[in-house]
Amino acid sequence: MKFPFRLEKAPPPSMLRRALLPVRALVATFLAGAIPVMAAGANPLQAYYTMGVGALGDMIAIAEVFVRAAPLMLTGLAISIAFRAKFWNIGAEGQLYAGAILGTLIAINFPELPPWIHIPFMIAAGMLGGALCALPGILKIKLKIGDVVTTLMLNFIMVIFTSYLVQNVLKDPFTRWPQSPPITDTATYPILIPFTRFHLGIVIALFAALVVGYGLIEYTALGYEIKAVGSNEVAARLAGINPTALTIKTAIISGSFAGLAGVGEVAGIRHHLIATLSPVPIGYGLTGVVIAVMSGLSPLWVVVVAFLFSIIINGSQTMSRLTGVPIFLSEIFQGLALGFSLLFLFLDMYRIRRVR
Amino acid sequence: MSEKVVEMKGITKRFPNVVANDHIDLELRRGEVCALLGENGAGKTTLMKILYGLYHADDGQILVRGLAVTIDSPKAAIALGIGMVHQHFALDEKLTAAENLILGTKQAKTVLNMKEIREEVVDLSRKFGLEVDPDSKVYQLSEGVKQRIEILKTLLRGAQILVFDEPTAVLTPLETKDLFKTIRALASQGHAIVFISHHLEEVLSISDRIVVLRNGKVVGERLARETSQAELAQMMVGREIEQVSRLKGGETARPVLEISGLCALNDKKLEAVRNVSLTVRKGEIVSLAGVSGNGQKELTEVILGMRKATSGKVIINGKDVTNKSTKAVIQQRLGCIAEDRVGWGLMMDRPIAENLILGLHRSSKLSTKTPVTNFLKNQEIQQYTKQLLERFDIRGAEPNAPVRLLSGGNLQKIILARVLSQEPEVLLASQPTRGLDVGATEYVHKLLLELRDKGIGVLLISEDLEEIRALSDVIAVMFRGEIVGTLSAESATSEKLGLLMAGVKETEAVKQ
Repeated sequence: MKFPFRLEKAPPPSMLRRALLPVRALVATFLAGAIPVMAAGANPLQAYYTMGVGALGDMIAIAEVFVRAAPLMLTGLAISIAFRAKFWNIGAEGQLYAGAILGTLIAINFPELPPWIHIPFMIAAGMLGGALCALPGILKIKLKIGDVVTTLMLNFIMVIFTSYLVQNVLKDPFTRWPQSPPITDTATYPILIPFTRFHLGIVIALFAALVVGYGLIEYTALGYEIKAVGSNEVAARLAGINPTALTIKTAIISGSFAGLAGVGEVAGIRHHLIATLSPVPIGYGLTGVVIAVMSGLSPLWVVVVAFLFSIIINGSQTMSRLTGVPIFLSEIFQGLALGFSLLFLFLDMYRIRRVR
Repeated sequence: MSEKVVEMKGITKRFPNVVANDHIDLELRRGEVCALLGENGAGKTTLMKILYGLYHADDGQILVRGLAVTIDSPKAAIALGIGMVHQHFALDEKLTAAENLILGTKQAKTVLNMKEIREEVVDLSRKFGLEVDPDSKVYQLSEGVKQRIEILKTLLRGAQILVFDEPTAVLTPLETKDLFKTIRALASQGHAIVFISHHLEEVLSISDRIVVLRNGKVVGERLARETSQAELAQMMVGREIEQVSRLKGGETARPVLEISGLCALNDKKLEAVRNVSLTVRKGEIVSLAGVSGNGQKELTEVILGMRKATSGKVIINGKDVTNKSTKAVIQQRLGCIAEDRVGWGLMMDRPIAENLILGLHRSSKLSTKTPVTNFLKNQEIQQYTKQLLERFDIRGAEPNAPVRLLSGGNLQKIILARVLSQEPEVLLASQPTRGLDVGATEYVHKLLLELRDKGIGVLLISEDLEEIRALSDVIAVMFRGEIVGTLSAESATSEKLGLLMAGVKETEAVKQ
């Protein structure tokens, strides 16, 4: 008896089919997600309804979706750009913390600076922190040390280092909590919609993804070189591009966006440095990997998918409260979304054929 | 007329976007050499892979010795007495010839009787002129001997029908001669032979009957003694082919590429390039002839700054670029048409336009310089791409379509278009026509001569003797990393080149 199915290379998918990947993955996620929801004793339709209401039911909830989406789109963007050059940066989490640390150092000092200097100064420091933290990833070029390993390991180092800082050197002497002193008012991202937490960092994140990220990839020579090196390093080299220099540039750009996410969490939400800026167990950094893959590494889709994830994460809290299902279902949904994205990517490249 | 052993009827095989075999009928007879002739992508290999059970036909029927059969795996094919000698050998390099031969056969029982096996091997070798030392390890053997082992493998498994897939591609001229003797011997013993090739000369000299395929269809069948190269070429391409004629090359002009005393190691840290010296002048084509794997790849990499030279110098346009970065080399106006088109030349998952502008993407024509970064002029890029597609006659290609949809010949044209639009002064062309069909080969040859006449210095690395003799002004032969002889185009005969390529030194070659 032979296995009656066979895997074949399929013709390349249409642009539309490719572009709709996140939508298809999301539909499949909600269909498959109904099983654990039912297992937890809830009606899936009702659960999804409460999820939607919880995330989008009123102004404050919608603002919270933006608040959550901002760091997700920045880490998703950071990873998309790195992956385009086949620089496997899995370390956006660590870079986020590195950005937060350097950003905080600027933000808790210099209270005499006017905000229009202090905020850009803090942002620059944060982006520098993220970039520095991404640089060890380029060890792969000369020393053949896997970029996945170096960037991934730095995640743990940076989280634990932050934890050390807020309990020792950077600890706020006036509280018992492991946190840094509060940042000055001049470094705080202003709230743009009163009575919500919709802060300046959200606009910065949207600008970074939609204008800087998208423009970089689609309209600049540098973005073109990133795609070229990612597609065929030797061909790029033979055309006079220096892949080493380009990978370094990519690491710097990628890390800076992740660092910017860290600055946003401190300056927009927490107002001091803590070691739990990014929710456990799946932090913004690793969720960014899921978002990047699901978006097909396109900065525009990163924004869309970041909002979808934000809705799932925020809505799950309400769903949990109202229908009694565990809050961890949110992570199951995120995992399913990644799994289905990869599955559909695969099925777009191959097809299954029945053989007689 | 002898007995039909295989009949393939109405074989059809569809791949995404292409019908590889379109209702093909083919008969194979005992004791006959049947050539399958056609350009790349004509469907020759697909058809034979169906016969050997590697592909499944969507439609059609196969009869072996008059009985309808289903061949769904190579194992089933072997059981029917069908054997295939592939272009790429499937041998375990660390085992001996005899050990390789018995892998997967009935003889490979729990207890090996090596003596019996060796006797059988020696016996078969003698019968068909397939000289193989059963005890030498495969990695020590030349490509020609490895091929003999592959042939023996199929014979040991009882093959009566043998398919040779482009068997001469890896052989030197002398090895080819030996192979042809073997094929003749096999046919005279009653084997049915299929010989796949796109070399007209070879096909005419070895086969009894020639079946010509074009675009997945049989366009004609001829007996070898009743046809000519010209007729076959026309059938293959569907139009008449002009022969490239060699013009008198450039006079003693300024050298554009000077290599002196160059040495380099390969990846295994063994010396792969030994004391190579070579000069290419403006307006001449210098060929580096030699069988692949004799250091050409390493030499190319050293010139391109992708491999360190252990000693010696590379000078391009008067500037020493030894062990400089690839970027520095390219900046001296060196263009490279790499041997490995997909691996080195193209970004297969990117659109045609992106592939064509690579290297020119920062030129003022295609991008605007700003203090922040260079912005691509996407409209100009589209226009520029269309111009290039037209100039290089790359038909049916849209600037935004992925480059992987193009055929082999058009892929090579994309690389040519890109490299030439950067206006190189030295061109490094490595196996520029390997795997290309007659039409595309003719195009590349004409282009190289045109460039030569425009004053570009060309270093042509090739193992195709016809090509080398047709194009070169100077021919250097490389063997085991050394240049074993340099000949002028007039004094180079196929025999002389063949002997040099096989490692016979120039002085000895002249004597022969």
